[in-house]
Amino acid sequence: MVNLTIDGRCVSVPEGTTIMKAAASVGIMIPHLCFLEEINEIGACKVCVVEMQGKIKLITACNNPVEEGMVLYTNSPKVRSVRRTNVELILSQHDCSCATCVRSGNCNLQKIANDLGIIDIPFKKEVPSAPWNQDFPFIKDAGKCIKCMRCVQVCDKIQDLHIWDVQNTGSRTTVDVAMNRCIEDSDCSTCGQCVTHCPTGALRERNDVPEVFKVLADPDKITVVQVAPAVRSAWAEDMNMPEEMATEGRMIAALKQVGFDYVFDTNFSADLTIMEEGYELLKRMDNIKETGLPMFTSCCPAWVKFMKSQYPKYADRLSSAKSPQQMFGAISKTYFAEKIGVTPDKICCISIMPCIAKKGEAALPGMDVTGTGPDVDIVLTTREMVRLLKAEHILPELLLEEKFDSPLGEGTGAAVIFGTTGGVMEAALRTAAAVLEGANSNPEKFNDVRGNEGRREVTYHVNGIPIRTCTVSGLKNARMMMDDIINGKVIYDFVEVMACPGGCVGGGGQPIKDGVEMATERAPKLYELDKRRNVRFSHENPEIKKLYADFLGEPLSEKSHELLHVHEEHLV
Amino acid sequence: MSRLKISTPNKAQLTVERLYKDLERHIIASPPGLCPIDLQLSFLKTCHAQTCGKCIPCRVGLAQLANLMEDVLENRATLKTLEMIEVTANNITDSADCAIGYEAAHMVLAGLDGFREDYLYHIEHGKCSYAITQPVPCVALCPAGVDIPGYIALVGEERYADAVRLIRKDNPFPTACALICEHPCEARCRRNMIDSSVNIRGLKRMAVDQARANTVPVPEKAPATGKKIAIVGGGPGGLSAAYYLELMGHHAVVFEAKNKLGGMLRYGIPNYRFPRERLEEDIEAILSTGVEVHTGVKVGNNEDDISLEKLREDYDAVYIAIGAHTDKKIGIEGEESKGVMSAVEMLRNIGDETPPDFTGKRVVVVGGGNVAMDCTRSAIRLGAKSVGIAYRRRQDDMTALPEEVEGAIAEGAELYSLKAPHKIEADENGNVTAIWVEPQIIGPIDAWGRARPVKADVELLRIPCDIVIVAIGQGIESRHFEDSGMPVKRGTLDAESESGFRDIPGVFAGGDCVTGPATVIRAIAAGKVAAANIDEYLGYHHVISCDVEIPQVKYDNKTPCGRINLSEREANIRKHDFDAIECSMTKQEAAQEANRCLRCDHFGYGNLKGGRAAIW
Repeated sequence: MVNLTIDGRCVSVPEGTTIMKAAASVGIMIPHLCFLEEINEIGACKVCVVEMQGKIKLITACNNPVEEGMVLYTNSPKVRSVRRTNVELILSQHDCSCATCVRSGNCNLQKIANDLGIIDIPFKKEVPSAPWNQDFPFIKDAGKCIKCMRCVQVCDKIQDLHIWDVQNTGSRTTVDVAMNRCIEDSDCSTCGQCVTHCPTGALRERNDVPEVFKVLADPDKITVVQVAPAVRSAWAEDMNMPEEMATEGRMIAALKQVGFDYVFDTNFSADLTIMEEGYELLKRMDNIKETGLPMFTSCCPAWVKFMKSQYPKYADRLSSAKSPQQMFGAISKTYFAEKIGVTPDKICCISIMPCIAKKGEAALPGMDVTGTGPDVDIVLTTREMVRLLKAEHILPELLLEEKFDSPLGEGTGAAVIFGTTGGVMEAALRTAAAVLEGANSNPEKFNDVRGNEGRREVTYHVNGIPIRTCTVSGLKNARMMMDDIINGKVIYDFVEVMACPGGCVGGGGQPIKDGVEMATERAPKLYELDKRRNVRFSHENPEIKKLYADFLGEPLSEKSHELLHVHEEHLV
Repeated sequence: MSRLKISTPNKAQLTVERLYKDLERHIIASPPGLCPIDLQLSFLKTCHAQTCGKCIPCRVGLAQLANLMEDVLENRATLKTLEMIEVTANNITDSADCAIGYEAAHMVLAGLDGFREDYLYHIEHGKCSYAITQPVPCVALCPAGVDIPGYIALVGEERYADAVRLIRKDNPFPTACALICEHPCEARCRRNMIDSSVNIRGLKRMAVDQARANTVPVPEKAPATGKKIAIVGGGPGGLSAAYYLELMGHHAVVFEAKNKLGGMLRYGIPNYRFPRERLEEDIEAILSTGVEVHTGVKVGNNEDDISLEKLREDYDAVYIAIGAHTDKKIGIEGEESKGVMSAVEMLRNIGDETPPDFTGKRVVVVGGGNVAMDCTRSAIRLGAKSVGIAYRRRQDDMTALPEEVEGAIAEGAELYSLKAPHKIEADENGNVTAIWVEPQIIGPIDAWGRARPVKADVELLRIPCDIVIVAIGQGIESRHFEDSGMPVKRGTLDAESESGFRDIPGVFAGGDCVTGPATVIRAIAAGKVAAANIDEYLGYHHVISCDVEIPQVKYDNKTPCGRINLSEREANIRKHDFDAIECSMTKQEAAQEANRCLRCDHFGYGNLKGGRAAIW
């Protein structure tokens, strides 16, 4: 243990502890801005500086370890002066349009400036600008970038895609797309992890809320909304609402209050995905065993984009089944349109997703089964949904709980866990086992695939067939898994990949809590919903059964292929 | 009112003088990879501040040039802007009254030519094409990329063996480099910004003096792969490749033409600079990995030689690292006389422990490089009555390290600067009696900034002597390889930067035989590159790493503090023997010097981009 004194308090911490952590252990919370634990410990903003007795230069608390006997001050006159000046300097190059910023109220820079009582910037204001493709799923605003380098580090260290890098040198140093590419020409998976780790509004999702208001105002349009499983685990975080009030029922009620004609559940189409993908897995099993190459899940569009750009040779190993969002879109414009007796162009399908990549997925070629426009017209992130509700001055806690509409509103326990890493795998195994063994197993039988580690391997024997599974979240883990497969170090039969650490619960479209990874807090909520559902097997979803009986026939039928699978020309 | 006044500088003037020095040191410590246009603009602004303001081209022209360059940097420029810069700068060059103006404009023109591509890149992309790749200046400039801040911190903690292990991750010749490396790492040391560079080589020397390389075990080898690699040449490059290939689990077989291993470390560098027993320490450690050695075997066309074709047949890969061991002739009358010898020949004989006897002889060495100094100082030690150095240019123009030249002079050598060799005079038996030299005056400066000597209008000068040593450079014995179909360009093997050859799979080359005579650390770096690429070529991806934990940073104040230089034995004593000249640091000195390191691996860009490459 190392003993030291911070602001007159004696502290004893293990060797190697940073000054920031040592201070926090006695309740001294040193303000910090660029710091992101284990990801960005570079001491760039110089906000977390402290004074060490006897030393001239201040020390950054975030990335410097404690020393025996050191005497530190976190609020000495020198520290106060330096910290203030550095924040003022950051603000001198920051577009402080807080009133119109999506991060207002949830911005680390704003908070620090407010906390320090900075009401005036004594320096010349010089806000940089840089062009950006405003149609891209996320937007970078150079005027708000404080060059904290978090996005660079997140993309390097978590996603291993190296999309961002430091650009230029000297006073013109900035952060931009690496290797001087445009973002749309880069290999960006649009996972949005850079967005959720940005301390300011420099990175945000493309704002599609105005499009929603436009269709709500159009009397000829029937608005059909679908809500992804992970959204319900997180939407309340930004609603200033007690946790226990944030039920699925109130979320539905709030969306109905907005005025959507139908509020459906992506869980419905998650069950549909399991039917199609589960049967596909069984159909491909001989080939899998023969080639030693697995089938990969395809419900995460960031992963699919990653696979196509990084391992194009293996893209045909992705399941051809569309993602739940896209299956829903296709069904809403065919089966559902028929049911209510309208042409598909009358329907506007809006999805609410924990994800930024879904915005890009909806616009992919081939995602237009009726030829009348994209199957999913508008994609909102969880954050945009919250903004929509706030704009409509809706207080969900005052609403009575409601139920999803029928016939696309029923979702099983297997579907709701799609929102977390391992969920698709577990759901698929539940149904695949039932198909192979002719009877349902215990729904908890496959819960070894759950967990927080970035990569988990479990082998199950189903009806005598060993199924070697691997569940991965985070693209760096995905790359290591792919390299292991290619180098013959591992053999799997079925692999689930979600680009965001922890799966969709930690998605790039979810509410942001600076410096905290929320996935591990959100996932248990989905498992709890699964546990409380009466039906926990996708193949037992009554609405799905009806869909097959009335419309599709059976899984992998011709109609299924036409509507629910990515066609060959769009596979690779 | 007095008619005249004695002027003494006031405080402001004195401060500006000090700031000039500060700026000089800052420029010295400029890290590689900066935007050249941004730098040039700041230089231009400095030049503009020097203007007296009388003339239009300088007073206004330089300001407008700066504006135009600002346009380039701020993405407001077109190709027209470049044209405008060029025309304006030319007009300033042609019309400014004094050097302040025309030289400033000249610098802009030089940049326009020298990094035109970056100008165009800025205009086209609105960004700079340059980037800081290796954030730690010393590591960036070490050809082998040795973890310098790491081992300095280890020396500071007296963990000498760990320091040797860490150095070896990138360089298996810690002792050689501790004693004779030209230390490019020190050139842009950030410590220059405070006072002067850290004595990096001196600290490495501390490590290997306290923990001899042959007493620090080499790391564990990877499991054997069964692959065999022939290494042609047992110098620093060949042995470095052999060392890493062995660690990777391959088997390295070295073929050395001479009797002993070490290449130029043995046959080029005299004992007083690099004692043989110290060389043996590195070699012993390298051989402990299991390298197989065949000395006295030449790769060539002759009867006793092994041909390259045979090596290619018998081995999975071949690395050619034959160095540059042939001599070059001056091409003057009398060069064939008895008593004329090449530096290569002389140093080779010393290396083989059959040194020539110069007792009572008058010796003249021709040349101004490090090899010429090695010959000079060796000749003094071999008993010469007098030793002179004949050199065409001035002392300042010598390519030898200044300390080598000063060392030679201190030991009694006579420097004949601005004397070009003209002819060698011999007696009727063909023995050298004198060298005639042609006095020069120093003349115009060439494009590389080097002043060219021009014949002076005076008589030839006769320097009586018995021995002439020609030390004007070395060549490469590339003939056999050329005959075997290897590409050769201007006498050197034309390998790619990955050390392989296009269309000749499995053959690699590096070091002096590719680059021409260079430094030991570059040969080592080439060996490291070759080992990695041969490993990949053989279908492997072995990783070289080191598990030494680097000490955490200290928070000591970085107040200015003088640099500790290594002391030398007194000239009058050392000149009589071949024993080592240089002395190691004391522990007190090493602790102070290690603490001068600013730990750029932790502070600054290092902790964003990773201060160290822990594996390669």
